[in-house]
Amino acid sequence: MTNPYLPKPYELVGIRKETAIDYTYTIDYQGPVTGGQFMEVSIPGVGEAPISISDFDGSTIDMTIRKVGRLTDKIFEMEPGDSLFLRGPYGNGFQLDNFKGRDLVVIAGGTGLAPVKKTIQHYMENLDQVKSLEVLLGFKSPSDILFTDDILRWEEKAKVILSVDNPVEGWDGHTGLVTTHVTKLDLSNVKEKTAIVVGPPIMMKFMTLELLKNGFLEENIWVSFERKMSCGIGKCGHCKIDETYVCLEGPVFNYTKAKNLLD
Amino acid sequence: MGFRLAENEKDRYLSELLQSYHVFAPVAKAGKGAFSDTDVVGYGEIESFGDIVLDRKSHFSPKEVFYPVRETLFQFLKDEVLETTIDEKPLVVLVRPCDLNGVRRLDTIFLKNGQEVDTYYERRRKKVKFLMVECTEGFDTCFCVSMGSNVATDYDGALRFEEGSLLLDIKDPALATEILRDRPEADFQVEYIRENKVKVDAPPLEAVTKDLFDHDLWTEYTSRCIACGRCNTSCITCSCFTMQDVQVNDEKNLGERRRVWASCHIDGYSDMAGGHNFRKKHGEKMRFKTMHKVNDYHRRFGEHMCVGCGRCDDVCPEYISFSKCINKLNQIAKEVAQ
Ligand SMILES: Cc1cc2nc3c(=O)[nH]c(=O)nc-3n(C[C@H](O)[C@H](O)[C@H](O)COP(=O)(O)OP(=O)(O)OC[C@H]3O[C@@H](n4cnc5c(N)ncnc54)[C@H](O)[C@@H]3O)c2cc1C
Ligand code: SF4
Ligand code: SF4
Ligand code: FES
Repeated sequence: MTNPYLPKPYELVGIRKETAIDYTYTIDYQGPVTGGQFMEVSIPGVGEAPISISDFDGSTIDMTIRKVGRLTDKIFEMEPGDSLFLRGPYGNGFQLDNFKGRDLVVIAGGTGLAPVKKTIQHYMENLDQVKSLEVLLGFKSPSDILFTDDILRWEEKAKVILSVDNPVEGWDGHTGLVTTHVTKLDLSNVKEKTAIVVGPPIMMKFMTLELLKNGFLEENIWVSFERKMSCGIGKCGHCKIDETYVCLEGPVFNYTKAKNLLD
Repeated sequence: MGFRLAENEKDRYLSELLQSYHVFAPVAKAGKGAFSDTDVVGYGEIESFGDIVLDRKSHFSPKEVFYPVRETLFQFLKDEVLETTIDEKPLVVLVRPCDLNGVRRLDTIFLKNGQEVDTYYERRRKKVKFLMVECTEGFDTCFCVSMGSNVATDYDGALRFEEGSLLLDIKDPALATEILRDRPEADFQVEYIRENKVKVDAPPLEAVTKDLFDHDLWTEYTSRCIACGRCNTSCITCSCFTMQDVQVNDEKNLGERRRVWASCHIDGYSDMAGGHNFRKKHGEKMRFKTMHKVNDYHRRFGEHMCVGCGRCDDVCPEYISFSKCINKLNQIAKEVAQ
């Protein structure tokens, strides 16, 4: 019997600063992964936490981590050459079949961009696999923006609306909550459009309502949930909502299912 | 196979069992009860049948015998990860029928929910044999009959404590020790309780709608429940846990990863980074637990999680009755349906 909790060490090969409190860690990891899946990341004796895979290329995976507590503080002290312990990947992730040939809009708020980044990246590099692609991104302030270089590249390939919550000096892009920018999307064929929405719980709630108000169909909206998780494999109970285990059946859900999940 | 042991033979049977097994049963533990100055009845190792407490229900369920309150999963020595080992000696655990049915729920979560098998649970669980104690009277708060868990037949052996003798129904030959060999068979059919004082009707699954989640029923518990989590720790079917890493010795770089029981009534159960948590109000926690016990689990696995042992009622310092809660929920489900 293999021990599903056994973490294995993987070498940290690169660290990229995204913001003052969000760093992207590149880890030497081979193995099948899907965008939107997560790993249980740990430092022995310090702690273990679920972290989304923000990018991968077959030989490495990226994880974009926010410094918020015990484990992540320690991760921020690490350097290339050090080892992070991993088990996973877990969760369903974004299944590309659901978006193939569709008019796709990806909407992300703050760190919610991390789990969906690979999916955006994939379609930016394979625009022929979707009918159209639009990206709507919201951050608190310019200094909270993640993956700046990638976003610049995306802007050359597709429509990207990048907004910060409040106007600040030196920022001449969009301002206001992401929900206020929905009308800037191409809504001409809205019933045919598919949306992915990832962000803090409150953002996802109001964003999905806004999309529905603007004519999106429930079955065309996909969300990714974050819940407290201690195991990632359906045992600890923390991620359970009704009869659904977010770690097993999620974290990505179609809205027709997500709307009935009552915490 | 049925056997009868005379009063003065009982402990010889036990001592023969003890040669191969640790034997656990409900025993009194001094001064640890929910209400001060009371004993608590929990599971402990026994050496004599006289140690067992059967005239009261155990406050704690037998789950702690094979699913410890705190269990070390790994020891870390610098970067080395060492899997812990356990005592190889198998266990015999004395349980009532409700608890035996409860064990099946734990098995389902740990062994069957998702793709992975919880090897830490499995390694202990497969060492356990159950001796079921016949239970025909029950106690004031029991509602096993309503939950369909008054009867259990998947025991390894069953016991009836009679005045002056002990009757045994042994299914697993390993439990038929020396003293039972060459003994004439005794006629013993396990009997079960057929009616409890407390009766509950869980609402039918299709009647549990969003209206019931939002209902005022739960606000009562917001003011009454103090979120102590006793109802969870005493429950035979509560299985949740939280991972915990600790540094045992900084200088030697010694650490551990443990898991400890978690309680959905206790603050922090759903806390996430960024200060976000779900179900802040105690009534919402009560709703979450209730739905898990008599709705969600059923939808997923085809039977209710709650087995009606009534321990949550016994241990609640606020006298919150779970059986009453289920009945109220059912009543409201009926009203909402009209
Ligand atoms: C599917 C999934 C994907 C995720 N992906 C990512 C990702 O890509 N990047 C990322 O950075 N994070 C991600 N997270 C979140 C991440 O798991 C948490 O931030 C992580 O648990 C932090 O661990 P920590 O030990 O550093 O923090 P902890 O020390 O556990 O503290 C984290 C926060 O929890 C709160 N907290 C902790 N303990 C208490 C307490 N006792 N009382 C009150 N509040 C408390 C505090 O607000 C604190 O800021 C993801 C979570 C999930 C479920
Ligand atoms: S919820 Fe209460 S009655 Fe039901 S199994 Fe748990 S402790 Fe027993
Ligand atoms: S219901 Fe009772 S036992 Fe359970 S957490 Fe609330 S006060 Fe404690
Ligand atoms: S994370 Fe433990 S059950 Fe889902």
